[in-house]
Amino acid sequence: MKFEAVIGLEVHAQLKTKSKIFCGCSTQFGAEPNTQICPVCTGMPGVLPVLNKVAIEYIIKTSLALDCKVNPLSRFARKQYFYPDLPKNYQISQYDQPVSEHGYLDVQVDGKTKRLGITRIHLEEDAGKLLHEVGSRQIDGSYVDLNRTGVPLMEIVSEPDMRTPQEAHAYLIALKSILEYLDVSDCNMEEGSLRCDANVSIRPVGQKEFGTKAEVKNMNSFKGVQKALEYEIARQIKVTEEGERIVQETRLWDADKEMTFSMRSKEEAHDYRYFPEPDLVPVVVDEKWLAAIKATLPELSSQKKERFVKEYSLPEYDAGVLTADKNLSEYFEATIKGYANPKAASNWIMTELLAQLNAANKTIKESLITPKHMREMLELIDKGTISGKIAKTVFEEMFASGKMPDVVVKEKGLVQISDEGAIAKIIEEVLAANAKSVEEYKAGKTAALNFLLGQVMKKTQGKANPGVVNKILKDKLS
Amino acid sequence: MKITKKEVEYVARLARLALSEAEKEKMTAQLDSILQYMDKLNSLDTKNVEPTSHVLPLNNVWREDKVQPSLSREEMLANAPEQAEGFYKVKKVIE
Repeated sequence: MKFEAVIGLEVHAQLKTKSKIFCGCSTQFGAEPNTQICPVCTGMPGVLPVLNKVAIEYIIKTSLALDCKVNPLSRFARKQYFYPDLPKNYQISQYDQPVSEHGYLDVQVDGKTKRLGITRIHLEEDAGKLLHEVGSRQIDGSYVDLNRTGVPLMEIVSEPDMRTPQEAHAYLIALKSILEYLDVSDCNMEEGSLRCDANVSIRPVGQKEFGTKAEVKNMNSFKGVQKALEYEIARQIKVTEEGERIVQETRLWDADKEMTFSMRSKEEAHDYRYFPEPDLVPVVVDEKWLAAIKATLPELSSQKKERFVKEYSLPEYDAGVLTADKNLSEYFEATIKGYANPKAASNWIMTELLAQLNAANKTIKESLITPKHMREMLELIDKGTISGKIAKTVFEEMFASGKMPDVVVKEKGLVQISDEGAIAKIIEEVLAANAKSVEEYKAGKTAALNFLLGQVMKKTQGKANPGVVNKILKDKLS
Repeated sequence: MKITKKEVEYVARLARLALSEAEKEKMTAQLDSILQYMDKLNSLDTKNVEPTSHVLPLNNVWREDKVQPSLSREEMLANAPEQAEGFYKVKKVIE
């Protein structure tokens, strides 16, 4: 029997507000434990939460970018459960009246566009962090750090529209790109500012009803989500084929073992007893406010991609790569400011720069080669000061040291030799020393020309202008 | 009866309340009469009445996104039953 998977994702993104959702404590990541907490976020008796306006605006922004319908009235609700990272013993969240619903996101998978539904987007508060050991030192209890408690958290729930782990991966990439373009979240999975849980089930191809789903948690990278889904789908197919039943449960992804494990504990009673939050008044969003926020929406990646194709005559592929990451697209535009050959810049950024950054595990923001470095290097190539080949040497030095290209060229003596007289002299020497190859070439063995060309380049340490060498060499041999 | 003792035990467990047998009986009876009163309310026609989740005729009460000083860690931890190395300390929680 052939099976297909049904996947829905729940993404939690910490909003990039300066202060927490209901109090003025800082949201800065990495502070000393329990130094960014107050009576409100720790739920001391008698305090009252007051909603951070920017948090709501960020949710509305995201809703508009994902074509969600913003509800004219939304409300907060209490979700009740006991866990040491939740000091109030309830989380302020939203239940039946979220900020927005019914949106979608178009993603590209295998060259095809697929529209994936967004069920809802709502606002809630983050919980604290538990430590079970300090570094590698065991402790005789668990430590609670409440700095994260009350950081505004946006939950984006997708429809169960994905059928493959690749689609789930593409959805996450596209969603992250949008959140970055909107500048509403840092989207850093390692720091936990972006988290993803997956609901996954399988069913025989052609069956309409969903199978029993498992909720998979604890993935800490997009690749991890894809791998966890691949594992979980294979596991469910195996269980089914062995004639057993899939159990509805929460499973944790173990990135080292590359397996999911049943989280048997506290499975009883996910009964959160939601009720309307009495400490907060409703949020009413009228057309005027909505229009004002709409007016602040930046150009998103799909729009920017189109513009790059039109404005800079870039191929679709280049435009897609350059605009997938907001910072990269800004880097590109800064590079070609006042520079007439966008395609050359695109080539260097897409191949050399991205490859080097990847190898060094750096982001574009950490690149020592700034747009100014890049542009000046391209200009040196265009002027004929250096060849494309030498530019690679210059590039590597800039990447490592951050020195400007003209400085590198001067320090390393990399100026290209274009002087015809000087090149002719070197060619004569090479021809004299390689009489055999000259004969072979004259006898019709064209490969001998490349050998002679290589010898000239070798003699000049790659600095001879290849075009000039080629021309003089052919003249001399004819 | 609108509610059983079993349901009371369930709700008590969710709320982490330890009830004695006598308390369970008492709560069951009290909750039952509350629920019966709800039935009485339900007999009213409220088709054209908006559900009330808040008694104040207010909405959109905000704070601006400004960082205010937090309390010191010493103050915040002062009443914790247990603390260590700048953390609140609880019994080991293993997921």
